[in-house]
Amino acid sequence: MSIRKLPAPEANPETSPYWEAAKKGVLLLRRCTACGRAHHYPRALCPFCFSDRLEWQAASGKGSIYSFSVMQRAPVPYAIAYVTLEEGPTMLTNIVDCDFASLRIGMTVRLVFKPAEGGAALPMFTPD
Amino acid sequence: MTIKGKAYVAGAFEHPTRNAPDKSVAQLHAECAKGALEDAGLSKDDVDGYFCAGDAPGMGPLSLVDYLNLRLRHVDSTETGGSSYLVHVAHAAEAIALGKCSVALITLAGRPKSEGMATGTAPRQGNPAQPDLQFEFPYGPTVVNMYAMCAMRHMYQYGTTSEQLAWIKVAASQHAQHNPNAVLRDVVSVKDVIESPIVASPLHRLDCCVISDGGGALVVVAPEVMKNLNRPRVKIIGAGEAPKGQFGGDVDLTFSGASWSGPRAFAEAGVKPADIRYASIYDSFTITVLMQIEDLGFCAKGEGGRFVADGNLISGVGKLPFNTDGGGLCNNHPANRGGMTKVIEAVRQLRGEAHPAVQVKDCALALAQGTGGVLGSRHGSATLILERE
Repeated sequence: MSIRKLPAPEANPETSPYWEAAKKGVLLLRRCTACGRAHHYPRALCPFCFSDRLEWQAASGKGSIYSFSVMQRAPVPYAIAYVTLEEGPTMLTNIVDCDFASLRIGMTVRLVFKPAEGGAALPMFTPD
Repeated sequence: MTIKGKAYVAGAFEHPTRNAPDKSVAQLHAECAKGALEDAGLSKDDVDGYFCAGDAPGMGPLSLVDYLNLRLRHVDSTETGGSSYLVHVAHAAEAIALGKCSVALITLAGRPKSEGMATGTAPRQGNPAQPDLQFEFPYGPTVVNMYAMCAMRHMYQYGTTSEQLAWIKVAASQHAQHNPNAVLRDVVSVKDVIESPIVASPLHRLDCCVISDGGGALVVVAPEVMKNLNRPRVKIIGAGEAPKGQFGGDVDLTFSGASWSGPRAFAEAGVKPADIRYASIYDSFTITVLMQIEDLGFCAKGEGGRFVADGNLISGVGKLPFNTDGGGLCNNHPANRGGMTKVIEAVRQLRGEAHPAVQVKDCALALAQGTGGVLGSRHGSATLILERE
């Protein structure tokens, strides 16, 4: 089976802690200490209250599929998905290491990491 | 302050080409501009406002203004993808209402067909400074799979079926058979749609719009200009615009920005969905139509599948005739941006100039709805309500 090449994410000073943690197998969320809410993708200012009092928090890695689509018209078919994390935010990702025909909305999934070009690691999910 | 009755669509032109390897993009813009001005009975030198979006080559409007050799007192290059041109009509009306210009030209053109662009199926690399890019591009978002996730969620939440979505393509094909310029002129059945190959589940090949070259242009004018023109009077009476994103992670794929732009347009126009005789609804995919129909209030949320089934969108058959030119699903999708042609067909209907087989009888009130960008991540929505005076 051919392997899908994963492009490297282009990190910047605002987001490099997220991608550095990913290389160590940790999915970081940004949580606002002013309003208490976690968000994704991570920003320097809270997208709910504009506070700059934010901290990084490791996600549990548990979530459920909010929606997905299997891209058939591709050199190697893949499943893109929105996964809602236990902590609240929903993130764009891929569902991997599974039978695509078995995927359902609401299915519980757990975090895995897949290597991307340039030594980066991408947080993805697999059915639990 | 309102734009209601402050401006008219005096000129509309849809380029007949669907495949233009022999023309430049700038040339297509110019041919569309000439066509719309001739349609209005105006000349190039009458234009004092110009509007274009991201399909215009060059920095904002600057290169095309120079290429067309226009002398202007107002420009606007608002870019909200395929919905831009509906926004431009509204912004032109605003500028005219404030006396900033009196003859506004809006153009669109592009050649994705002859340039061999994999419009919907290849992930598009963007500017790394775009803040969402690094969190999305590595996962392979394409136009099709990002709309497909909206369809998947709609099916899960409301029981919408592939057969119901297919009815939208069936209705478009019924209309396109009368359009000699349409890319797809063959009438298709629900079975044809659901038996076409899956591109990105649950969307089939025939749930997708066509890829075509071409373009279009509109001329929006002040009332004092309109009164000297020998064209049916198509008045702009309401407009709404709204961008929608992922809400910092509170993603909700069940509704579009039309749920905000629609009510704003209806409120300004002082009419309600049941008053609309004809609707141009952006149709990049069948699901795009279904969600906008619900969000505009033509039916309740979640009822879209039942609403579009059994030919309810077919002119002369159903309650809401839509996209009587065949739309993006069958006619054309110039520059991968369908908002311009949505306005053009609404203008044809209000003038009584649609093909006789699809012309809505006594069409005095029409709506045009655009969605630009990507429904499943970030998109712009724009709604226009037009009235024949």
